[in-house]
Amino acid sequence: MREDPAVSLTGHVVETKVEAHVVAATFLSGLPAFALADGCLVLQADNQLRRLVLHPEATLLAASSSETRLASGGDDGRVVFTDGHEVREIARETGQWIDAIVLRADGALAWSSSKTVRCRDSAGLTKSVRLASSVRGLAFLPKGYRLAASHYNGVSLWFPNAEANPDLLAWKGSHIDVTVSPDGRFIISSMQENCLHGWKLADKQNLRMSGYPAKTRSLSWSHDGNWLATSGADACILWPFQAKNGPMGQAPRECGGRPARVTKVAFHPSALIVAIGYEDGWLMLCRMSDGAELPVRAPTEAAGAISAMGWDAQGRRLAFGSRTGEAFVLTLPS
Amino acid sequence: MDQKIPVTVLTGYLGAGKTTLLNRILSEPHGKKFAVIVNEFGEIGIDGDLVVGVDEEVFEMNNGCICCTVRGDLIRILEGLMKRRGKFDAIIVETTGLADPAPVAQTFFVDADVSNAAFLDAVVTVADAKWLSQRLKDAPEAKNQIAFADVIVLNKSDLVSPAELREVQARIRAINPYARLHESVRCAVPLDAVLGRKAFDLDRILAIEPAFLEAEHEHDHAHEHAGDHDHTHGHDHQAGHSHRHYHDEDMQSVAIEIDGDVDPEKFLPWINNLSQTEGPNILRSKGILAFKGEPKRFVFQGVHMILDGDLQRDWQPGEARRSKIVFIGRDLKQDMIRTGFLACAA
Repeated sequence: MREDPAVSLTGHVVETKVEAHVVAATFLSGLPAFALADGCLVLQADNQLRRLVLHPEATLLAASSSETRLASGGDDGRVVFTDGHEVREIARETGQWIDAIVLRADGALAWSSSKTVRCRDSAGLTKSVRLASSVRGLAFLPKGYRLAASHYNGVSLWFPNAEANPDLLAWKGSHIDVTVSPDGRFIISSMQENCLHGWKLADKQNLRMSGYPAKTRSLSWSHDGNWLATSGADACILWPFQAKNGPMGQAPRECGGRPARVTKVAFHPSALIVAIGYEDGWLMLCRMSDGAELPVRAPTEAAGAISAMGWDAQGRRLAFGSRTGEAFVLTLPS
Repeated sequence: MDQKIPVTVLTGYLGAGKTTLLNRILSEPHGKKFAVIVNEFGEIGIDGDLVVGVDEEVFEMNNGCICCTVRGDLIRILEGLMKRRGKFDAIIVETTGLADPAPVAQTFFVDADVSNAAFLDAVVTVADAKWLSQRLKDAPEAKNQIAFADVIVLNKSDLVSPAELREVQARIRAINPYARLHESVRCAVPLDAVLGRKAFDLDRILAIEPAFLEAEHEHDHAHEHAGDHDHTHGHDHQAGHSHRHYHDEDMQSVAIEIDGDVDPEKFLPWINNLSQTEGPNILRSKGILAFKGEPKRFVFQGVHMILDGDLQRDWQPGEARRSKIVFIGRDLKQDMIRTGFLACAA
C-alpha cells in the first residue's frame, strides 16, 4: 500500500518493546504508561523507560486509570494504586483473581473477584456485595455513587452506601462488559452471543444491537455522548444515541472497514474521531464527519492484535499496545 | 500464529481419585508447566504452581438451544491465562464429582475466543473400581462421566477381586466401548495415557472401533456374574471370540456401518436433523464416511447438538470405502437411527 504523507500518521508513532501483553495504555500525569500482563507498569519519561512492579510474580489482569492514578488487579488477588512513582496496596482477596476494576475521576474505585464486588469511595471507605454469578464488567454511573456490574442473566445496579439490594436489569444470557452512557440514560452490555444488550434506565426498555461476527470487547462513547463505538466486526460499528430512545429502530454507522477484526476502539476526548485497533496490529483514526481514514500503524508482516489504547486528556497523543508486547505513542502533528 | 494450548478435562465421581491423578501428573518429571483449574478448592493440596480455584458456572446460551450450555468460569479464567502465554504449556481442568462434562467440552466448540487460544485434548474420567457399579445405578452424573470419556482410569483395582474387576469393566463397556480403559492402583498410569491424546482432533479420528478390540484383547471377556438386566449374546467381531455383554438400561452406544458410500445430499440433512431432535440425548457422536465421488474421507464428531466435520485424508488404495457412525447416548432410538442412516447409502 502506498502511503501518502498527507493522510498517514505512521511517521508520528514511536514504538517501544515492552515484552508482555499490554492490558492498558494510558497517560499518568502526562507520561505514557502501559500496564502489562507480567505485573509491571512501564512509563515513558524523557525518552527513558521506567518500570514499576505492581504485581510481583503475578499476572496483571485488569487496570483502570484517571489522569494521575492507575488502579490494577491481578491473579495475586491484590488491588493496587500507583501514581507512577509509588505503589500502594488497596486490598487483597486471598486466593482470588481480580476480574474487573474501574476507577472514576473523583477517586471512587470498584473491583470484582468472582461473585464479590467491592466499592471504595474517595475517602477510603469500602462496601461489598455478593451477586448470584461471577462479575465480568464494572462501570460507574456518571451521577451519584452508583455502580453497574455485568454478569450471567443481567446487569446489577448498586448504591454501595444504601442498605438495599442491587437492582437487577434482567436479560437471559451471559453479559461480559458493561458501559454507561455519559448522560446516564443508557446501560449497555456486551454478550457471549456476539451482540450488545441495552436498557434505557428511565423505563427499563430493552435495546438489542446484533450482527457482530465476534464478541464485542471494547466500547467507547463519543465526548458528546451521541455515539457508541464498538469492536467485534471487520469495521468499527457506531450506534447513534442522539434520539430519545437511543439506537432503537436506527441503523448503525460503520467506519474503518478492513479485512480484519476490530479489537479495540477509543473515541477522541473532544472531537468526533475514533481510534480503531485491529487483530492484525493495524491502527487507524477515523473522522466521522467525512469518513476519512488515517493509518497510524500498518504493519506489513504478521503482528499481534491491538489490546489496549488510551488518549491523553487534551487528545494530542494516543498510547496503544499489543498482545505481543509492543507499545506505541502517536503524537498528532499540530 | 500462536500454538493452541491443550486442555485436559479430568472428571470422576467423588472419591474416585481425581486429585491423586492430578498430583501424579503434576509431580512427574516431564518438564512441562501446567495451569490447573480446580474446584473444591483447598480440600486436598495440589502441588502445582499455577492453580486457580473456581465455582463451576454453567451458562445457557441465549439462542434457544437447551443443550448449548457452556462453562462461564472456564471462559473467564482462560481469558486471564491467555494474557500470560509462555508461562505454562498445558491446562488441566478438574471438575467437581457431580459435574456434567458436556458444558466443558461445548465451551471449546461454542466460544470462539476459547477455541482460538486452546483445544480440548481429552476428557479423562477416573472411576473407582469398588464403587463404580453402585454409582452407575444411583448416580446419573457418574454414568454421564463414563459415557462422555475418551480415557477412563479404573482406579483402586487392587481393592476388588479379578471377577469384580471384570464385572465393572463390562459395565463400563456396556455404556462406552470406545474409551481407552486403564486399570490402576493410586492412579499410576503412564502420562501419555492421559495427556496428548488429541481425542477431539478430527485428523486423529482414524478408525472408530471399540477400544477393547485394540487394547484389551488379552483379557478374558467371559463373565461369571450376571445381574437382572444383563443378557448374553454372541459377537461376531474381528477378534473372533464371543463375550458376555452387559446392557445398561438407559445409556448405550449405537454403531452402524454401510459397506460403501453414502450420499452427502441425504446424509448431511439427516445428521443435522438428528442432532437437532435427538441432541439432548446424544452425548458423543463420531463418524468416518465415504461420500460418493469424493476421494477424501469425511470425518465428524459431535457433542449433543454441536457437530464438527471436515474432509480428511484421501482413502488409501486398497482401503475399503466404508461409512461408519457411532453414537453414545441416553435412550437412543436405535431403530430410527439405523433406518435413517442406512437410507443415506449412495
